[in-house]
Amino acid sequence: MNRIAPIAWIMALRFLKDGRLQTLFILGGIAIGVAVIVFMSAMLAGLEQNFLRRVLTSQAHIQILPPDQVARPLPSAAGVFADQIIQRPSQRIRSVDQWQKVMDAARSMEDVAVVSPNASGSALLTRGEASRSVSMTGVVPETYFLVVRLPDYLVEGQPRLSSEDILIGTDLARDIGAVVGGKVNVTAASGARRTLTITGLLDFGNKGANMRAAFVALRTAQSLIGMVGGITSIDVTVRDIYTAETIARRIAAEHPVQADSWIKTNAQFFSAMRAQIATNTLIRVFVGLSVAFGIAAVLIVSVIQRSKDIGILRAMGARRGQLMQVFLIQGGLLGFAGSLIGAAMGLGALVYWHSLARQADGKELFPLVLDPTLVASAAVMATIVGVLAAAMPAVRAARLDPVVAIRG
Amino acid sequence: MTEEIIRLEAVTKSYNIGMTSEIEVLHGIDLTINRGDFVALMGPSGSGKSTLLNIIGLLDKPTSGRLAIHGQDTGTLDDAAVTRLRGHTIGFVFQYHMLISALTAAENVMMPILVDKGRSNAAIEAKARSLLDQVGLSAVADNLAPNMSGGQQQRVAIARALAMDPDLVLADEPTGNLDSKSADDVFELMRRVNARGGASFLIVTHNLALAQRCDRIVEVVDGRLKA
Ligand SMILES: Nc1ncnc2c1ncn2[C@@H]1O[C@H](COP(=O)(O)OP(=O)(O)OP(=O)(O)O)[C@@H](O)[C@H]1O
Ligand SMILES: [Mg+2]
Repeated sequence: MNRIAPIAWIMALRFLKDGRLQTLFILGGIAIGVAVIVFMSAMLAGLEQNFLRRVLTSQAHIQILPPDQVARPLPSAAGVFADQIIQRPSQRIRSVDQWQKVMDAARSMEDVAVVSPNASGSALLTRGEASRSVSMTGVVPETYFLVVRLPDYLVEGQPRLSSEDILIGTDLARDIGAVVGGKVNVTAASGARRTLTITGLLDFGNKGANMRAAFVALRTAQSLIGMVGGITSIDVTVRDIYTAETIARRIAAEHPVQADSWIKTNAQFFSAMRAQIATNTLIRVFVGLSVAFGIAAVLIVSVIQRSKDIGILRAMGARRGQLMQVFLIQGGLLGFAGSLIGAAMGLGALVYWHSLARQADGKELFPLVLDPTLVASAAVMATIVGVLAAAMPAVRAARLDPVVAIRG
Repeated sequence: MTEEIIRLEAVTKSYNIGMTSEIEVLHGIDLTINRGDFVALMGPSGSGKSTLLNIIGLLDKPTSGRLAIHGQDTGTLDDAAVTRLRGHTIGFVFQYHMLISALTAAENVMMPILVDKGRSNAAIEAKARSLLDQVGLSAVADNLAPNMSGGQQQRVAIARALAMDPDLVLADEPTGNLDSKSADDVFELMRRVNARGGASFLIVTHNLALAQRCDRIVEVVDGRLKA
């Protein structure tokens, strides 16, 4: 007999081994429950990571804009207003006030990684007879490419943006029959007009974006939209994406600008995520409960089946506490072992599903996120649930009257 | 000089107290067992022999009266103290061998020491094997309990009862369901242990021939002792 393990552990293991079939079935039950939780949690984490990766490589963490213009009602006399209906003024394109100062301030902030100024507006792209309206963004490539990884989306040509160059979406190029190296005319709303060379085609994996996207150098855009020396927005990336909202608020508080974090602009995603997490939590709770009931049921039956053994142990001088331990340990061991098997099953299923589920273009549907803390926390939780579930059977075992048990 | 191990004074036992089915099974039992005693307890079925054994073995409490072990009154002890006293002074042999089926013969014998000491060690294992050797079961020491004959199981139970070097072994019909040869072996084994100056024995038996080979016969009739 093992000389290291306390007697309660040895008895717990012997009882589990002796009731092989019961042990196997309840382990199966626990494992399935844990597998579902592990699978779901890992998949959710994968989808979240997928989303973040997509959003955060195609969008600034914080976008700084001129403040919204608000119309103030005109008082005709003190306390008397001419009209109670206030129309929101149409927002014309304006430059960010003192943008150099705002940029310097943002750049000097601790968590800020990249600051990049943009000048954007709508324009008409013409080639021969064909023309399409596009949303034109003027950027500083050196910094902008760190915010949105345009080179990653490039399917043809080069990510080059000198003042005579333009990068456009693939669908737009096809529509107007343009190719890399070809020329297009760009006409801004102001009437200004330039002929630019297409240096590359971009595919964002999104038809709308591919139809409307056009990137030019900052100076080119500034002159086209008639805003030389001005910019329409500043893109900011931060080191810790979850600090974006705090930093955005700080910028907005310190300067006369509006600053929107990706957290605010993707509020929908976050509420969807929250709903998912809530559902996940609910499922965890109910799986936990059914695992607990399963373990309790098996152990209650075990206490009844082993009442003779329990009576003998008591007659031989075993204390109530020792018998309680024997059953608590069984519950904990069942939970622990079941959770390890379940985690292996869940992760196995995840890897398999990951290999099967593909996007239309053959890319993975979600990244494989195998987080060891997920397995560890499942094991800890299941062990605790097992011990708690064993509490009632353990108390019954401890309270068993040896006289009754032995006579029975 | 005789050393008193157990003394019962006016012990009564009632079941179903407070209910209409209340029944007094033992009516004022006085009994003393001294060191070295080898006593047979006889009586018709239902007379209260097992009940008396359970009270002496601290598994059950008397309804009234006094039980003293080594002169110390046990009425005031709490459950933990009773359990400890039982483990250290009493060994049980039950009618239906009553081994733990998930354990081997040797592990069954070790169990009373293990629950006292908390974990196994070489000395405990050696002791269990030497006890099994004494009851002639070295060969099956590592058999699981169910993989032994009835007589073998009962001898394991006796070895187990002796594991803690108890002062008193209480045996409830230890030979009841054995054939006469095995019954004789088991009885002789107990006699030998007793003769070597080991434990005192109180043995419930329906077998008059065996009872007559004991030092003393105590008879229970309708819940009273007949000397
Ligand atoms: N828990 C109980 N509740 C009610 N009555 C009981 C209980 N236990 C025992 N009795 C009664 O007490 C009496 C004595 O029982 P006990 O088991 O001590 O008899 P016994 O002398 O050992 O009989 P046997 O020789 O058949 O083993 C019997 O009439 C039995 O019905
Ligand atoms: Mg009886």
